Amino acid sequence: MVEREGKVRIPSGCAIAAVTDRSGACFGGADIIDSIALMHDRSNGLGGGFAAYGIYPEYKDLFAFHIFYDNNDARIETEAFLFRHFDVETFEQIPTRKVKSIGPSPLIWRYFGSVPQSKMKKNDFDEEEYTARCVIRINNTISGAFVFSSGKNMGAFKAVGYPEDVGEYYMLDEYKAHTWTAHGRFPTNTPGWWGGAHPFTLLDWSIVHNGEISSYDANRRYVEQFGYKCNLQTDTEVITYLFDLLVRRQGLTLETAAKILAAPEWEVIDRMTKEEREICTALRIVYSGALINGPFSILVGSKHGLLALNDRLKLRSLITAEKGNKTYFASEESAIRVICPDPEKIMAVEGGTPVFIPFAKGSD
Amino acid sequence: MILTAGRRSFRELNAEIRAALETENTVRVEDVNGQRYMGAAMDKGKTLEIHGTPGNDMAAYLNGGTIEVFGNGQEAIGNTMGGGSVTVHGHVGDTLGYAMRDGEIFVEKRAGSRAGIHMKEFEQMQPVVVVGGIVGAFLGEYMAGGTLIVLGLENPYHQPLVGAHCATGMHGGRIFLRGAFPKENISEHISVLALDEKDRADLERHVRTYCARFGADFAKIMDAPFHKLVPTTSRPYANLYTPN
Repeated sequence: MVEREGKVRIPSGCAIAAVTDRSGACFGGADIIDSIALMHDRSNGLGGGFAAYGIYPEYKDLFAFHIFYDNNDARIETEAFLFRHFDVETFEQIPTRKVKSIGPSPLIWRYFGSVPQSKMKKNDFDEEEYTARCVIRINNTISGAFVFSSGKNMGAFKAVGYPEDVGEYYMLDEYKAHTWTAHGRFPTNTPGWWGGAHPFTLLDWSIVHNGEISSYDANRRYVEQFGYKCNLQTDTEVITYLFDLLVRRQGLTLETAAKILAAPEWEVIDRMTKEEREICTALRIVYSGALINGPFSILVGSKHGLLALNDRLKLRSLITAEKGNKTYFASEESAIRVICPDPEKIMAVEGGTPVFIPFAKGSD
Repeated sequence: MILTAGRRSFRELNAEIRAALETENTVRVEDVNGQRYMGAAMDKGKTLEIHGTPGNDMAAYLNGGTIEVFGNGQEAIGNTMGGGSVTVHGHVGDTLGYAMRDGEIFVEKRAGSRAGIHMKEFEQMQPVVVVGGIVGAFLGEYMAGGTLIVLGLENPYHQPLVGAHCATGMHGGRIFLRGAFPKENISEHISVLALDEKDRADLERHVRTYCARFGADFAKIMDAPFHKLVPTTSRPYANLYTPN
């Protein structure tokens, strides 16, 4: 049996990349695979993954669940739960290709479903909250089942392996998305398993992360007060829940959420105008449990758009570039140039300064 | 000799470069795509010409050799380099000249965060880094020696000459800044001074080299105010944990 996260500590980097078309035009996965593949040496074959937005236009109003099962019993139990809680329109095994370097896989299925009206009437929360609770429940109560993607018109694809092999495995060249993110993993402190590969997701949120969160336990205690369960023992998971809590549930903007996670230093706050100072001071005090410390560069996908954020002290490299309608991000400049040799604009994402690319209207 | 990097691994490429340098003094590598450690520990008398985007830790432990890059560099150029010369016709990423001990690095355009982090000097070993554009946060962090020069000539996104936390923990060496910079980005324990005669002579010598390599106008560069940053103490954290 593969040891899950948290049982072993393996001290060790990572690679992240993204491409988005600001006009909402969809394109295949070949470029994002090529970009992340260039940074092969930043990962070690213990995890690779992708998030893709706009891939399921024919089911765009249905929640798309991607699920790993350790065995058939877990599948039967999970399907009984899903069919009870959702109107599932269609489901299938996620098609994969044989790739030599990808080892024994879990069973990998996907389901497209909506929340039945009858369920909505009984509850005082909306369909996203309902769906999030169902996902958290499956992941915490059904042994051997793990929902690794649960948004609309988007999907995560991940495995233990090098990211370029994972892309090949899931046949991502055959999907079309307006936004792709990717991750190559070099597990810091923990061994790799399929569920522990990036991106980490909940509903339409997906996070790929290069770094290490020193404040993990403080952040975990904070989100667990709101019903989230951090049981993957990996720091990136908690960032996903922080964004879900702050933006979806509490209605803050992504920009404000970024100011909470990578809060301005007190010296910087001291120099702000009175109004700004009061806001930033209040955010730091109210949301002290959501402040992320430690070196990180993250790419956050959601139905709102693509957000890039670096820690305040700029401890990880992250480059962004533009050409035409496309915006690129990568841990290394060469990974952008390999798919966009001649960008019109290229610069570093500065520490604590979010770069946000909103999705085009109608591209959801 | 001309080699092509393409998408080959850094191990294979660097082995080929080393083998070529056994018999040649100059090797040119084309179509470089992120391969790491290029020119690492290269000796005096050897020249590497790189076309493309060399990967991290280029010129690490450089031992007197000469590297010229036609393209942009990435992170940790000149990591712990002990001598030699690096010229980049473009911009570079973070941690330029990381713990550099001797030699010179000339970058035509801007540099990322932590340029000159922990540079050091010892008697005749006096490393120099010249950045033609602007620099990111933490310029000269923990700097212990050597000379950092930022000219601010190229600034396409209208950023400050130096980012936040400039010279944090600096306890040796000197930084020359050309033109205006945000005072609040300069750390405590740092004095901002006028250049003395020796500073001026050293600065002019390095700017002349910059102009020769990149075809810039010496008179125009020098026709601007320069300031020198030096640490006020060689032990900025002496009293951080204990008051003695």
